Amino acid sequence: MLSINNIEVIYNDVILVLKGLSLEVREGQIVALLGSNGAGKTTTLKSISGLLKPENGAVTDGTIEFMGQRIDRRDAADIVRMGIFQVMEGRRVFEHLTVEENLRAGSYIRRDRGVKDDIEKVYAYFPRLRERRHQKSGYMSGGEQQMLAIGRALMARPTMMLLDEPSLGLAPLLVQEIFGIIQRINRDEGVTILLVEQNARLALSVADYGYLMENGRVVMADETAKLRDNADVREFYLGLGAGDTAKSYRSIKSYKRRKRWLS
Amino acid sequence: MPNFLPLLITGLMNGAIYALVALGFVLIYKATDVINFAQGELLLVGVYVTFALVAETGFPLRPWPWPLAIAAALAVAVGLGVLIERLVLRPLIGEPIISVIMVTIGLSQLLRAIVAAFFGTSQRAFPPIFPSHVIELFGTRITADRLWALGIAGLLLLLLSLFFRFSTTGIAMRAAADDQQAALSMGISIKRVFAIAWSIAAVVATIGGLLVANNNGGINTSLGNIGLLVFPVVILGGLDSIPGAIIGGIIIGMIESFSAGYLNVKLGLEGLESVLPYVLLIIILMIRPYGLFGREIIERV
Ligand SMILES: Nc1ncnc2c1ncn2[C@@H]1O[C@H](COP(=O)(O)OP(=O)(O)OP(=O)(O)O)[C@@H](O)[C@H]1O
Ligand SMILES: [Mg+2]
Repeated sequence: MLSINNIEVIYNDVILVLKGLSLEVREGQIVALLGSNGAGKTTTLKSISGLLKPENGAVTDGTIEFMGQRIDRRDAADIVRMGIFQVMEGRRVFEHLTVEENLRAGSYIRRDRGVKDDIEKVYAYFPRLRERRHQKSGYMSGGEQQMLAIGRALMARPTMMLLDEPSLGLAPLLVQEIFGIIQRINRDEGVTILLVEQNARLALSVADYGYLMENGRVVMADETAKLRDNADVREFYLGLGAGDTAKSYRSIKSYKRRKRWLS
Repeated sequence: MPNFLPLLITGLMNGAIYALVALGFVLIYKATDVINFAQGELLLVGVYVTFALVAETGFPLRPWPWPLAIAAALAVAVGLGVLIERLVLRPLIGEPIISVIMVTIGLSQLLRAIVAAFFGTSQRAFPPIFPSHVIELFGTRITADRLWALGIAGLLLLLLSLFFRFSTTGIAMRAAADDQQAALSMGISIKRVFAIAWSIAAVVATIGGLLVANNNGGINTSLGNIGLLVFPVVILGGLDSIPGAIIGGIIIGMIESFSAGYLNVKLGLEGLESVLPYVLLIIILMIRPYGLFGREIIERV
């Protein structure tokens, strides 16, 4: 459905951030994209959704294809119309708009009559949003804002959602709830999902396939069951040592093994 | 209280006109972060184009009927607004706000000079748009053209409020004002939002200007000063608040009208009404620096 082939992304004409990255997302899957801070996860999502341009970034090499069409030269509005919707890092709700106005903004590209029904559908997924429908979204809690950000994405009826760290800054219980809903959206709405996460354990528990990124490249890719069993992943991303004891990946030994992936 | 109703209607009418012009100003600021000092000159161009089509001798196919002349003037004003945004202001995105302000001030001088070059700076008679027979209303006499002006300005304000509150495009414009990149991520075209903001601003300025011209019965290039006169309105209501512009306009219109009607006579202070809005402006800025309805910076704790 989506394939990224060996792309290079440069910011401000000089800062090379993605260095020949490739990945593939199949229809109906949840694919996790993991990596440490600054690895280039957000940049990868933005290069798919066309949001690099306003940040003075560009795909300078390689191709991105969605449903057989090249999209790496298209602008953001076109890409949304083709069915890809990015839920940006940090929720980014329209603070001065009410919940319902935010949802309507999400349906901007649609001109059909189903918008009202879809607002109801979003409320069915997130009953808390219904209670606050006329409240300014800027005053809502972080969890409610994340629900709104995902609900707003549903309003565009995308075939593929790019989720950038939906667990960021949320309490564990809420994270559980939101990930449950992400799975339901994938299963019941048939939305393919590319999920960027810091919380590797959680991401691998819902995804079908996973990619690990370091320094602008994919360093490992496999089915999640296999990734979970992989010793390196256990150690560096899940924080589990050989004997299942929690361990920091900042230790020198880990650092050396991380290095190996880079060469 | 003698003259209460006529003063009220004059206040409301002027207030609604101020609100229109202020609304254009607020829209441009909200959507594009530009403080547009050329708003009054956009109005000037619109009014003079109408004037040329309706009354200027030697103009082709003259005189045009009002609706056609006004439609043509609106088209010219919109075209001018969109061109200014596209050619002058968009390249300045990211430049310091003071540079942008200087450019709009320069633009206002330029437009004013162009209008003066075509039409001269002397007072010209502006033919009446509305009938001005006298109407009896609750025991007082009022000319019909004031009611027309009030009605049209009020209706336009109402339509625009509904547009921004309920229409998809209106919501998209407010969304883009909140967070441009997030708006972009849902397919909202920022270029389109900018163009619509400038277009609406040009339309409301022209209509506001026509109502003033009709009221005064004459025009000269100082009509462009309305762009500065609405400053107290905009600051009072909050630089980025649409309802603020409307309520601010009406408050200032009322203050002017009633201070001219009552205070001036009682205190013997001629021209008090044109100073009071600025006094109010200073007071408001001291108590509420963001204006009455200015956007609060939302900070959750
Ligand atoms: N607009 C930009 N201009 C210049 N450099 C940028 C820009 N955005 C990101 N970068 C750089 O690109 C690199 C990758 O950033 P990116 O945001 O993609 O990482 P990330 O994997 O999402 O990190 P995090 O987990 O912290 O969100 C970083 O070194 C960052 O400094
Ligand atoms: Mg990121």
